[in-house]
Amino acid sequence: MSATVSNLYAQHDRAALLESRQATRENPWVKAGILVAALGFFAVFLLLPLAVVFVEALAKGWGTYLEALTEPDARSAIWLTLSAAAISVPLNLVFGVAAAWAITRFEFRGKQLLITLIDLPFSVSPVVAGLVYVLVFSNHGWFGPWLSEHDIKIIFAIPGIVLATVFVTVPFIARELIPLMQAQGREEEEAAVVLGARGWQVFWHVTLPNIRWALLYGVILSNARAMGEFGAVSVVSGHIRGETNTLPLHVEILYNEYNFAAAFAVARCWPCWRS
Amino acid sequence: MKSATLPRVLPGFTLSLGYTISYLSLIVLIPLAAVFIKTAAMPLDAFWQTVTAPRVLASYRLSFGMALLAAAINSVFGLLLAWSLVRYRFPGKKLVDALVDLPFALPTAVAGIALTALYAGNGWIGRHLEPLGIKVAFGPLGVLVALVFIGLPFVVRTVQPVLEDLDTELEEAATSLGAHRWQTFRHVILPALQPALMTGFALAFARAVGEYGSVIFIAGNIPMVSEITPLMIISKLEQYDYRGATAIASVMLVVSFLLLLAINGLQAWQAKRSGRSA
Repeated sequence: MSATVSNLYAQHDRAALLESRQATRENPWVKAGILVAALGFFAVFLLLPLAVVFVEALAKGWGTYLEALTEPDARSAIWLTLSAAAISVPLNLVFGVAAAWAITRFEFRGKQLLITLIDLPFSVSPVVAGLVYVLVFSNHGWFGPWLSEHDIKIIFAIPGIVLATVFVTVPFIARELIPLMQAQGREEEEAAVVLGARGWQVFWHVTLPNIRWALLYGVILSNARAMGEFGAVSVVSGHIRGETNTLPLHVEILYNEYNFAAAFAVARCWPCWRS
Repeated sequence: MKSATLPRVLPGFTLSLGYTISYLSLIVLIPLAAVFIKTAAMPLDAFWQTVTAPRVLASYRLSFGMALLAAAINSVFGLLLAWSLVRYRFPGKKLVDALVDLPFALPTAVAGIALTALYAGNGWIGRHLEPLGIKVAFGPLGVLVALVFIGLPFVVRTVQPVLEDLDTELEEAATSLGAHRWQTFRHVILPALQPALMTGFALAFARAVGEYGSVIFIAGNIPMVSEITPLMIISKLEQYDYRGATAIASVMLVVSFLLLLAINGLQAWQAKRSGRSA
């Protein structure tokens, strides 16, 4: 591409600008080397695994594919996964907004500690996340005797799956909102209050329109994680087919039974809901 | 600090902070405390025997060693990928940019199965590696491959925004003062990227140490060879050895806390550095 053409687009594309300047570009051979290394790595580690999921899912044709998805155990797993996500995402949405509001709109002691604690589920192993609920709610746990006395089942039942899902997705939405609301500052909200708006009015008419895209991205990410969580859910679920099996666990069972095409068919099902 | 003494204009401080702290305590902090309380109730020698059993020690070596190696590989290639995305134009750039997040979104079990299918002896890649005597799936190398896969977006997504904000005037100044491109990169660009790169490394490492879903399919789970630490917790649980599982979990939790402190320190450093240059 000639230099004049790239100059025309320079304002729109920063990469073009950087490529056109002597000071910010590399020798063409170096550039080719970097691109080959980066894109080669990308192809091997990201593109190929994705391609495998699609190819293997359809390896035995569309019939097997649809059958794997409509079989009763699969349907109950899909239903359970959707419900767990439908409960945990709104819970963490409210939490994320409240946490971001408190952290970015007020000054208080221990703020840094609070931010660190919100991040905690990111660095805790999912297996440990499942284990902590077993320790609290199982028969040998803190509330075990009380729960069994009142005939409430949490571990190896749906409430445990929901709790584990909530745990692993706690930070997602708060993490998206905090940097954005920090950058936007609190002037607009303060102006609204000075002009006589009440608390919820400020939130609905000033804050929410400003953060809606970050909020949406946070919801999408936490939904993806909620639907795909494996380790934490595996510990608390008990793997009861047709009852406490979520989609990822169902995929594992199919895989262990060497039903590869069905495993990949169910596996491929995720992207269609996510978009 | 000064603003804390000013009257608060905005409403909702008590409500939002109160809700945040109670929710976090109920969902995360109190259950996590259970691990330490249960561990504290254990006799010390029993605890020590559990967390230093040969099989468990082998799992630490594998989990921490492979997580370090994977984070290092991701730091190099993540930087190259972020650099290509910010600095170069190439066909399919939008697609590459979007797919970098794939390991965040793809369920870990699916990722694990796909990687296994790819690297097994009859897979697309394994088929070509097996004749060379390189066995990836069902061994320690498989663990490495899975950890590289899940860690990549952490490095790319922490380095990319910093690289985008980097002032090119510094590079121009360096060039006009006679620096070679490599010298400019080494002494001007790399120092500016360092905090972000280290944060990305720490995040990828933290995630890799605890990862379970994508690893267990490809690891083969051979005792003393390719068992990861989270799997040791699961196998203790399956034998109803709750105390053993809790003891190993407490070791992992201490490591997570330390990593988190390191990540936060790095981020504070990065904020300070970018604040100074602005």
